[in-house]
Amino acid sequence: MLTCPLVRAGFLTLVFAMALLAVPTPARAADDAVARALLAQLREADFSDKARLVEQLAALEHPRIATILKALADSRLYYQEAENRAVIGLDDAPTIAIEDAVGGAALGQAGKRDLEKITANNRLRNLIENRLASLGLASADPGQRRAAVQAFLKNPDPAGTERLRARLAVEPDAGIKALLALALALADLASPEAAARAQAATALGGRLQPELRGPLSRAAAEDPDPAVREAARTALTRTEFRLQLLGWAETLFFGLSLGSVLILAAIGLAVTFGVMGVINMAHGELMMLGAYTTWLTQQWLPVNWSLPVAVPLAFLVAALAGIAIERGVIRFLYGRPLETLLATFGVSLILQQAVRSIFSPLNRSVATPDWMSGTIALGPLEVTLNRLIIIGFCIAVFALLWLALQRTRLGLEVRAVTQNRAMAQAMGVRSARVDALTFGLGSGIAGVAGVALSQLTNVGPNLGQSYIVDSFMVVVFGGVGNLWGTLVAGLSLGVANKLLEPWSGAVLAKILVLVFLVLFIQKRPRGLFPQRGRAAEA
Amino acid sequence: MRVPSWLRSDRAGLALLAVLAALALVVPALNLLVAADHPLHLSAYTVTLLGKYLCYALLAVSVDLVWGYMGILSLGHAAFFALGGYCFGMYLMRQIGARGVYGDPVLPDFMVFLNWTELPWYWLGFDQFWFAALMVLAAPGLLAFVFGWFAFRSRVSGVYLSIITQALTYALMLAFFRNEMGFGGNNGLTDFKDALGFPLHADSTRIVLFLLSALALAGGYLACRWLVSTRLGRVLVAIRDAEPRARFLGYRVERVKTLVFAFSAMLAGLAGALYVPQVGIINPGEFAPLNSIEAVIWVAVGGRGTLVGAVVGAVLVNYAKTWLTGALPEVWLFALGGLFVAVTLLLPRGLVGLLRRRGATA
Repeated sequence: MLTCPLVRAGFLTLVFAMALLAVPTPARAADDAVARALLAQLREADFSDKARLVEQLAALEHPRIATILKALADSRLYYQEAENRAVIGLDDAPTIAIEDAVGGAALGQAGKRDLEKITANNRLRNLIENRLASLGLASADPGQRRAAVQAFLKNPDPAGTERLRARLAVEPDAGIKALLALALALADLASPEAAARAQAATALGGRLQPELRGPLSRAAAEDPDPAVREAARTALTRTEFRLQLLGWAETLFFGLSLGSVLILAAIGLAVTFGVMGVINMAHGELMMLGAYTTWLTQQWLPVNWSLPVAVPLAFLVAALAGIAIERGVIRFLYGRPLETLLATFGVSLILQQAVRSIFSPLNRSVATPDWMSGTIALGPLEVTLNRLIIIGFCIAVFALLWLALQRTRLGLEVRAVTQNRAMAQAMGVRSARVDALTFGLGSGIAGVAGVALSQLTNVGPNLGQSYIVDSFMVVVFGGVGNLWGTLVAGLSLGVANKLLEPWSGAVLAKILVLVFLVLFIQKRPRGLFPQRGRAAEA
Repeated sequence: MRVPSWLRSDRAGLALLAVLAALALVVPALNLLVAADHPLHLSAYTVTLLGKYLCYALLAVSVDLVWGYMGILSLGHAAFFALGGYCFGMYLMRQIGARGVYGDPVLPDFMVFLNWTELPWYWLGFDQFWFAALMVLAAPGLLAFVFGWFAFRSRVSGVYLSIITQALTYALMLAFFRNEMGFGGNNGLTDFKDALGFPLHADSTRIVLFLLSALALAGGYLACRWLVSTRLGRVLVAIRDAEPRARFLGYRVERVKTLVFAFSAMLAGLAGALYVPQVGIINPGEFAPLNSIEAVIWVAVGGRGTLVGAVVGAVLVNYAKTWLTGALPEVWLFALGGLFVAVTLLLPRGLVGLLRRRGATA
C-alpha cells in the first residue's frame, strides 16, 4: 500500500483541512473535561497505552479532536506542566506560538523548555491516519466523507471495513455510496473466501481509479484460485478498454483545444485575406500586440480582473494598428497581392523589432487568473480549465464575428464591396472606409486571439511568427472567403495533429500535416469549401 | 571571339561581367601580394565576406528568374539554397574522416554521439566529390521539379503558390531540426577540414572559393540572360503577363514553369554549395522562411526582371546588413522592414529600374 511518508503527510493535511472546514459546534464543558483528562493520561502513557487513548479520543464527538490528533501525528502536541494543560505548537521557533489543545484559544508564546513534547511513533501515526479517515466518514459534510472514502481506497485498512459497511447502509449521497461500494470491493479482494474475491474483482472491472489497478493486477497474477484470476483478468480488460476510450476522448479534447487556437489565430486572417483578399503577413504580429496588451494590463490590474479588460483593449490596440497599416501601406497596393505580401512582411519585421526594443527580447510571463487555472472533471475526463475556457472563447469570438458580418450594417457593406466593388460604390457605399474598417475588424480579432494565446504560450517577440504559416494554411484549407470553412479546417487540423502525435512525435506530426496541406492545395486549390458564383472568378 | 547578339545588347550585363572579372583579379592580388600591415591589404575575412555576397547574388539571380520573368513569387528559394549547402556539407563531413572528435573513420561525430553504428543509406556516395557535386544540383532540382510539377499542373498560382512554398521551407526546417533525420539536427554540419585535399582555412583555398563563386555567378548570370533571350524566355514573359492567353495559344505552361523552376532551384543549390565551405557551417536555420523572403527583397531592391538588379540588390542589402548588424544591431530589422515597405511603395522597379528611367528621360 501507500507507505511513502510524504504522500501520507499530504493526505493527512487534506483530511485535516476538510476537518477544519466543518463548522465547529459549541463544545460542551463535559466533553472538554473528558478530552483534557485523556490528554493528561496521554502524556504519561507508553505507546501501546497511547494507541488505546487515541482510540478513545477518536470516539469522542468533539470538534477539536481532528486538530489534536493531527498535531500528535506531526509531533506538535505538547504538555505545559506549569498550567497543567495540553497545547498545540503552531511554529517551530525556540519560543513557540501555542494554542490550547482542547479549547483552541491562542495562548501566546512559550519557551521550548517549559513544554514537554508528547511523542508518537509510526504505528501511532498510521492509527491516527485511519481514525482521522473514519472521523471524516461520519462527518455531515459530503466533501469530507468523500475524502475519507478516497483515503481508504488509497490505503485500505482491514479494520475500517466494518465502519465502511455501516456507513454504506445509511449514506444518502449516491456518488459516495458508489465509492463506498468500490472501497468495500477492494477490501473484499483480500477476503479469505474465493467467491467473495471473484465477485469483488468483477465489481472492480471497468473502474478508472488508478489505485484499483495495482491490487487487481496482483489478483490476476497471484491469486491461488483460478476462477478469481480469470475474473480479475476480465475485469482488467474492461478497465483497459475504458482507459483506451478515455485516452481517445483526451486526444479529441487536446485536438479541439489546438484547433480552437488555430481558429482564433486564423479567423482574423479569414476576414482580411478571405473577405478582402489582402495578404497580411503582419497578422501574427498583431496577435503579438494583443498578447503584450494582456501583459501590460496585468501590470496595472490584479490578475483576476485583467483578462476581461484585456480583451476589449487588445481588440482596440490591434484594430488601430491594423487600420494604420491599411491606411499607410496596403491602400496603395490593392490589386497587387504579391507586393502587399512583401510590404506587410516588412511591417511585421518592424513590429517585432519595436517590441524587442521596447519590452526586451526576452519572453514576458503572463499570469493565469485563478478562475482559469486548475482542472475540471467532465465525467471521467480531467481537463485543464484554461483550455476549456479558450475553446468556449473561440466559439464566442466566431459567433460574434459571424453576427457582425451577417447582421450589421458594416457586415452588409463589407459583403457588398467584396462581391462587387464598383456596384457597391455606385450604391453609395464608401468603399475606402469599408476597407479600413474591415481590416481593423480582422486585425482586432487577431489582437483578441493574442489574449488567448498569452494564456497558453510564451509571450515574446517571436510569438506571431510561429503562427503565421499555420493560420494561412487553415484559411486556405478551409476555402478563402468562407468563415465556416475556417472553422472546420481549424478543428480538423487540430484534431489530426493530435491524433498523429502519439504515433509520430510532435514535430513530425506538424510536418506531416503541412505536407498533407501542400498536397491538398494542389489537388483542390480553392480549399474545402470553395466560394461559388461570380465573386469567385473576380 | 564573337560576342553573341543577346549579350552585346546587354550593356548592364557586360558591366557586371567586367566588374566580376576585375574583382577576380584585384581581390586575390590584394590578399596575397600586398603585405598584411598595408592599408590596402584584404584580410581573409573580407575575402570570405565578398565570396558570401557573391553566393547570395547567385541566389538572387535564381529568384529573379522565376519572379521577375515568370511571375512566380517563391518564398521558399532558401530551401533549395540550403539543400545544395547540405549536399556539399555532407561531402565535407565525409572528408573529415578519422580526424573528428570521436575519431570514427566513417561516421561523422554527431552520429557517433547519437550511438548510430552505420551510415544511413542516403549518406552513401557522399565521400566522392563528383557524386556530391552532382547531388548539389540534382537534389534541389528534383525537389523543385516534383513540387513544381504538382503545383503548376493543378494551376496553383499567385499568392497561394507563395504560401505553399513558404510552408515547404518551413516544413523542411522542422524536419532538419530533428536528430533522427541524420543531418546533425540543431547543430547542422560543421567542423569541416578540407575539400579535395585543400585545407579550408588556408588563405589560398579561400581565394579559390571566392574565384569559384565569382565564376559561378558569372556563369549563372549568363545562363539566365541567355535563357530569357531565347524563345523560351519570351514564353516566360508571356506567362507572367497573361497566363491564360499563353495557354490558349498552345504553350504547355505547366511544363515551361516546372522546367524553369527546377533550373532556378539548381542555381540556388549551387550557390548554397559554394556558400557552405566559405562560412564553415550549415544548419537548419538556413531553411527559415525569413531567409527566403530576404532573398526576395534583394531582388526587389535591385529591380526585378533585370537579373543585374538582383546582383546589385543582393550585394547592397547584404553590405548594409553586415554594416548595420555590427554598428547598430537594434536598427537592422527596422531598416530591413522599412526597406520592404519603401521598395514596394516607392520603388516598384527597383534601383536598376530607377536608373534606366533616369537614362531614358535624360
